[in-house]
Amino acid sequence: MWLTRPFRERSTRLFLGILLAALGLVTLLNLALPEGHPLHVSTYTVTLLGKYLSYALLAVAVDLVWGYLGILSLGHGAFFALGGYAMGMYLMRQIGDRGVYGDPVLPDFMVFLDWQSLPWYWHGFDMAAIAFLMVLLAPGLLALVFGFLAFRSRVTGVYLSIITQAMTFALMLAFFRNEMGFGGNNGLTDFRELLGFDLRSDATRLGLFLATGIALALGYVLCRAIVASKLGRVSVACRDAEARTRFLGYRVERVQLFVFVVSAMLAGVAGALYVPQVGIINPSEFSPIFSIEVVLWVALGGRATLYGAVIGALLVNYAKTVFTGVMPDAWLFALGGLFVLVTVFLPRGVAGLFAYRRRPAEDTQPTAKEASA
Amino acid sequence: MRMLQRLLPGLLCLCLLCSLPLAAQAQDESGQALLASLDADSYAEKGEAIEEIIESGDPRSRRWLEALLGGKLQRHKENGRFVVVVENRGRHWPVVDALSFEAAGEMSRRELDRVGINNALRGQLQGALAVLDLHAEAVEERRDAARALLGDIDASLVEPLQAVIDSEADGEVRHLLEQALAIHRLAQGDVAAVDALAGSLNSQVRAALTAASRSDDPTLAQAASAALADIEQKMRLNRGLETLYFGLSLGSVLVLAAIGLAITFGVMGVINMAHGELIMLGAYTTWAMQQLLPGQPGLALILAIPAGFLVSALAGVAIERGVIQFLKGRPLETLLATFGVSLILQQLVRTVISPQNRTVVTPDWLSGSLMLNEGLSLTLNRLYVLGFALVVFAGLMLVMRRTRLGLEVRAVTQNRGMARAMGIRATRVDILTFALGSGVAGLAGVALSQLTNVGPNLGQNYIIDSFMVVVFGGVGNLWGTLVAGLSLGVINQVLEPWAGAVLAKILVLVLIILFIQKRPRGLFPQKGRAAEG
Amino acid sequence: MNFLASLADRERVFDFLVPAASPVDVRHGPILYLEDVTVSFDGFRAIDGLDLTIDDGELRCIIGPNGAGKTTMMDIITGKTRPDTGSVWFGSRHDLLTMNEPEIASLGIGRKFQKPTVFEALSVFENLELAMAADKRILPTLTARMSGEIRERIEEVLATIGLTELQSRPAGILSHGQKQWLEIGMLLMQRPRLLLVDEPVAGMTEQEMERTAELLTGLAGKGKQSVVVVEHDMGFVRSIARTVTVLHQGRVLAEGSMDQVANDPKVIEVYLGAEEEVA
Repeated sequence: MWLTRPFRERSTRLFLGILLAALGLVTLLNLALPEGHPLHVSTYTVTLLGKYLSYALLAVAVDLVWGYLGILSLGHGAFFALGGYAMGMYLMRQIGDRGVYGDPVLPDFMVFLDWQSLPWYWHGFDMAAIAFLMVLLAPGLLALVFGFLAFRSRVTGVYLSIITQAMTFALMLAFFRNEMGFGGNNGLTDFRELLGFDLRSDATRLGLFLATGIALALGYVLCRAIVASKLGRVSVACRDAEARTRFLGYRVERVQLFVFVVSAMLAGVAGALYVPQVGIINPSEFSPIFSIEVVLWVALGGRATLYGAVIGALLVNYAKTVFTGVMPDAWLFALGGLFVLVTVFLPRGVAGLFAYRRRPAEDTQPTAKEASA
Repeated sequence: MRMLQRLLPGLLCLCLLCSLPLAAQAQDESGQALLASLDADSYAEKGEAIEEIIESGDPRSRRWLEALLGGKLQRHKENGRFVVVVENRGRHWPVVDALSFEAAGEMSRRELDRVGINNALRGQLQGALAVLDLHAEAVEERRDAARALLGDIDASLVEPLQAVIDSEADGEVRHLLEQALAIHRLAQGDVAAVDALAGSLNSQVRAALTAASRSDDPTLAQAASAALADIEQKMRLNRGLETLYFGLSLGSVLVLAAIGLAITFGVMGVINMAHGELIMLGAYTTWAMQQLLPGQPGLALILAIPAGFLVSALAGVAIERGVIQFLKGRPLETLLATFGVSLILQQLVRTVISPQNRTVVTPDWLSGSLMLNEGLSLTLNRLYVLGFALVVFAGLMLVMRRTRLGLEVRAVTQNRGMARAMGIRATRVDILTFALGSGVAGLAGVALSQLTNVGPNLGQNYIIDSFMVVVFGGVGNLWGTLVAGLSLGVINQVLEPWAGAVLAKILVLVLIILFIQKRPRGLFPQKGRAAEG
Repeated sequence: MNFLASLADRERVFDFLVPAASPVDVRHGPILYLEDVTVSFDGFRAIDGLDLTIDDGELRCIIGPNGAGKTTMMDIITGKTRPDTGSVWFGSRHDLLTMNEPEIASLGIGRKFQKPTVFEALSVFENLELAMAADKRILPTLTARMSGEIRERIEEVLATIGLTELQSRPAGILSHGQKQWLEIGMLLMQRPRLLLVDEPVAGMTEQEMERTAELLTGLAGKGKQSVVVVEHDMGFVRSIARTVTVLHQGRVLAEGSMDQVANDPKVIEVYLGAEEEVA
């Protein structure tokens, strides 16, 4: 089975081992130790870590297209935000008549705007199944349409980067409009419960953290499975010599489209897990700066390794939390400096520092064992 | 009364003028004589005196006549001095001298004699006041006065106005007054008046015609409707021209912002995300120049043009030497690194100068507008920026077509390896190109400082638009950038009225994204074998 | 519309009846037929009324000075460049001008580039694996497994091109000559009906050239492959050529055996500067 192939890789087993151990440890330190104990992990920290993990999943999605397909998407924040909005809409509907205005159906901001009925695209979001499906479908469809148009006309390289940036910028402007029906500037917030669990309770927060960790593990395995398959090697072929791949009979644009859509859906899932943990989704997630920052996480961690993306996301976001707490003004200097330093001095990222023995090419080499299997 | 209010500002000016120590003896004497004649025994004589005052053109006429109308012009019983009462309540009234208009203390009501008028004189005075400004010295003032009369005259004014028209030298004033009379006649049901009003864009004229088009008299209604339709069409044309102007203006800003990018992107294949911040530096240079030369915003602005170019060009060279040269042939990495530079530059400005917007003063010769006709006026600052953009573009074309640097730049653009083999020092060309492109960004910043707020986010707002322009126009083609910038500006303005500003912007972005699908290499692609690679 | 078609196409995932052999129809004549093909870049005519016919199983050499349009001709056949006018047929059934690169490739036209292009980040083994004739749609590729049979075939080709030792090294570390071989190996894996080979021996030693000549002549044959070789090295051309076509300024200048064209006064004139090379 192509999906189980990653489990045969040492690197994947190592990654999953560390991730699951970390999840277990955090859970233990949160539940078993009393508050005030020096090693106790507060629920606040658990949620913060959960947020990092959802960012890590987004970074993995970006690495899948950038590292293995050579498409530098500066618009993955849009997919992340769409997933987040789908989740946010579900959470809004769950509020029911407990909002400030007490309308049983309409979310507060619609009552405030004096809307009489729910817009058509808000229907069905009171049902978890439909909402969760939309978490995948909304970013997936956008990626499908956008990717179909772009790849069919062979828009690649910096051109593609620029128009992905334009895409997320246009969406940001659109979502800022109150008329769009997504809460405008303020976005969606004041959530209460998810699947019947109170979002403010410690147990739900720990559960969300664990769910995010597991989603990251699954997403990682899925990406690894794609990368280790023949399709993954075709992706690398498209990345390095697009024309040559075409002359071998591969429909390059379809390979690109497939991987792009999968990546967008993963980003959507990441966004959906992010929203209940931070308690808000607003158009700033669409901002081009956020998307380009995600690319930095991947670059810092090490492109085309997947685990590097996770490392990068955790490192940068941890640094951001520390910096903005201690000296907020310095953060943008640090971030800007990081962009320059990583690209100039660390082209293979952190992963490249300690993985010098293993060549990425060998990583994807089908083993003799597999051949005889 | 309404008209009085409207004329009040002019009035205040007059007061100011009068309070200046220009009260020459002669003026005093003639003034005293005029006032004395107002105080004649019979009303008929008083009427003649009013005419006399109007014809005298004395700057104090308006105040005298208003005082007379308000019953505030009074004569001191004993010394015969004329005063104007400021406040006629109580027993002692504060007064001003009727000749110098300087405060003359308080006087008891018993000391004063009112210069009386009757109803006939009152009517005459009202009409006279209305046409008084039509006798002003300055043509502009007379035009304003005439314009104010549109739709605001009654039967009593017809005759005096007719007299003014006969003696008026300025055609424009005559025309306006004739229109004012025509509006009056139109209200009386005179069909011929429609002809006199045809083609005017004045809102009073349109209001009068609209009223006439609903008249019971079918001939009149029909004529008025036809004239209205005609005016409507003219206004549509005006609106179209205005949209075009705003579009071109917006487009010229886009061209300015994008053209430097087109050079660096086209020649070096380098995505410079810090380009927006180079624009910002140019804008801040303008601000700094104005701080250095307080009180001379115009001179500072002109000096800021070379200064802004230099500052941004130097910053560009620093970026090229410090970052980009290490990333040759890795465009995507260059994009990320220069984005980092842009973050640093932004934060630097926030920390060193201020996170708040700075005010850049617009010199007098840049403010105001150029009025083409009644419904169309072009703001001067936008007009200058449009011209500036075209000059910069022409200058760049000259550099590219007529200088050694331009030749080398074109050679490197088309075939880097070959250019190098022919002895062109590509590194030097890179540095100069980058300096040139960045310097032009600085120029864009100087121009933008006249149109928008100067703040740390200035550049960010333009970077995506600039990229769109370059991509839309076709990389490596300056004409493409010009056409793309101007047409995107116009498209944006055309869409705006029915879609709203934000939606128009979104639509433009979507249009470009779709356009790139159709023509991945832009409007004016580079052709041939080199482009195939 | 295209999009719907592509969707429908992808529905055929479980259709395992993908023909291994090329569907080309050569019962009624040549395998490749170009007629009156013209293409210009910026007013410059790279190909100017070109007529060319390649018979089934033929080994044809195409020579010509720089800028004669050799590479452009290959671009047209493989779908990379669209001509302004003219027609290009593969067998008597397939109009190549209506197809894109992957479609043409899967019809059985393989191409080796002038500059060797291999996938540098992938290993030699993987390069061959990707080139192999197989179902190249998305899901079959995703779920594809390495069978013993496939491995054998790859190893066979590895032995043929002499890269068995280097099979797990990234192709990026290969020398220029080794990359040439790898690309030829990829062509072999593709099992095309028509091979377009652009300057195959550049950067090869004398010995390697001999082996290449052997390989190419062995490939060509009725019912097997047809081979079109573009080459500058006259010695190499002489050693393999049966029929030689001389291109000049985008059209055919002469055609015939090596000796015939070498003595053609028009050809000699074109090659004036390189007379010794032809002679």
